[in-house]
Amino acid sequence: MRRLLAALLVFFASAAAAQGALVAAAANVKFALDDIVAAFGRDTGHTVRVSYGATGTLAQQIENGAPFELFVAADEASIERLAAAGYTRDRGAVYAVGRLALFVPRGSTLAVDATLADLKAALADDRLKRFAIASPEHAPYGRAAQQVMERAGVWDTVRPRLVLGESVAQAMQFAAGGDAQGGLVPLALASAPALRTRGSYVAIPDAMHAPLRQRMALMKRAGAAAIAFEAYLRGPMAREILVRHGYAVP
Amino acid sequence: MDWTAFRLSLWLAAWTLAVLLPLGIVAARWLATTRSRARPWLEALTALPLVLPPTVVGFYLLVAFGARSPLGDAFARAFGAPLAFSFAGLVVASVIVNVPFAVQPLQRAFAAIPAEVREAAQCCGLSRWQAFVRIELPLAWPGVLSAAVLTFAHTLGEFGVVLMVGGSIPGETRTIAIAIYDRVQAFDTGGAGTMALLLVAVSFATVAVAFGLSDRWLARATR
Repeated sequence: MRRLLAALLVFFASAAAAQGALVAAAANVKFALDDIVAAFGRDTGHTVRVSYGATGTLAQQIENGAPFELFVAADEASIERLAAAGYTRDRGAVYAVGRLALFVPRGSTLAVDATLADLKAALADDRLKRFAIASPEHAPYGRAAQQVMERAGVWDTVRPRLVLGESVAQAMQFAAGGDAQGGLVPLALASAPALRTRGSYVAIPDAMHAPLRQRMALMKRAGAAAIAFEAYLRGPMAREILVRHGYAVP
Repeated sequence: MDWTAFRLSLWLAAWTLAVLLPLGIVAARWLATTRSRARPWLEALTALPLVLPPTVVGFYLLVAFGARSPLGDAFARAFGAPLAFSFAGLVVASVIVNVPFAVQPLQRAFAAIPAEVREAAQCCGLSRWQAFVRIELPLAWPGVLSAAVLTFAHTLGEFGVVLMVGGSIPGETRTIAIAIYDRVQAFDTGGAGTMALLLVAVSFATVAVAFGLSDRWLARATR
């Protein structure tokens, strides 16, 4: 019995022990943040563990007690809501402004056209069967994609043909897989080297949607490594990486 | 290849087995022999995780484990860490979703033991506990084995519930199934393929070994 208790104690202790700062991050920053984490590791020796997901899902997890120390969101509203509810240290800071891109997989007949004029034509002549975006309900980039299509006057006709990704990563997966004829996805994902052979993309003019200002904030439980990483994310090295991945930086 | 995730999955399967098997044996033995009128209802309850979608089970567990529920709050106070999105929370969730995989083979095994055998054991002066350990458990061994194998293999492959209550925290709740999903989302088809292959190999080997053991047992029993 005593041995069992000891084993249980070790188990819970090991479960609670932190191995590096724990970060929750929106899926659109995946490729940029992986690079930043690697650079941070080289510069400081700290390890950072990142969980990627849709901003809405991650915010929900934080409200349910997930042990994250830093939340790198895809919008401002989620951070402000968490700040108002007392989960964060402060209102945080904007670390990047995102852009959308139209991604067209190889073999699709859709033109890589930033005005979405060909998308409209493809809907009319039935070339377009499926179009991928992230769910507008919980992914900020999904909401931006909806605004772009509303402004281009195609929202009502495209709606029955949309496939909704649970996060932008899944929407990107749908768009690049070739099953959809295209998708509106974060520029930072569409321009990733991993996708170079999968298709082509064009950046959407950012006047087409409300600005995708992305905010991050430290949680109350943040430790020294997480605090150092948050500062690093606002520093010159991280800003350079973000710009290389297609973000504007404040 | 994400070895941390693989180790975590094995570790989760082992813990699930260690917690669930003793509880499952007690519950199945009772279900197999009771004449209670509540039995069909309790049987239905143990089978429920099998028929409900993982999102439903995951949703209820998330609500029950969360920092805003009494259970989640009590756990967080006692251990200083929340139950949701922790390894301990995954073990609890995994035990619950695996109940049917453990209880059903065990219950069938105990039900297959004729009542006369139990009575004979009592006549020989064995206490109920002695009869259980020396007579019933060895007779039910194939059921125990298949319960253990099903639970172990099913835990390795569990996805939906782990995704709902675990998040995807490296070294804590990112199991091999979640890691494969993450790799696919990151367009790392090679990494996803390697891990998927490993999972197939391990699951196949686990089940094959179990069939082998059970064949040997049958051969010995009929000799």
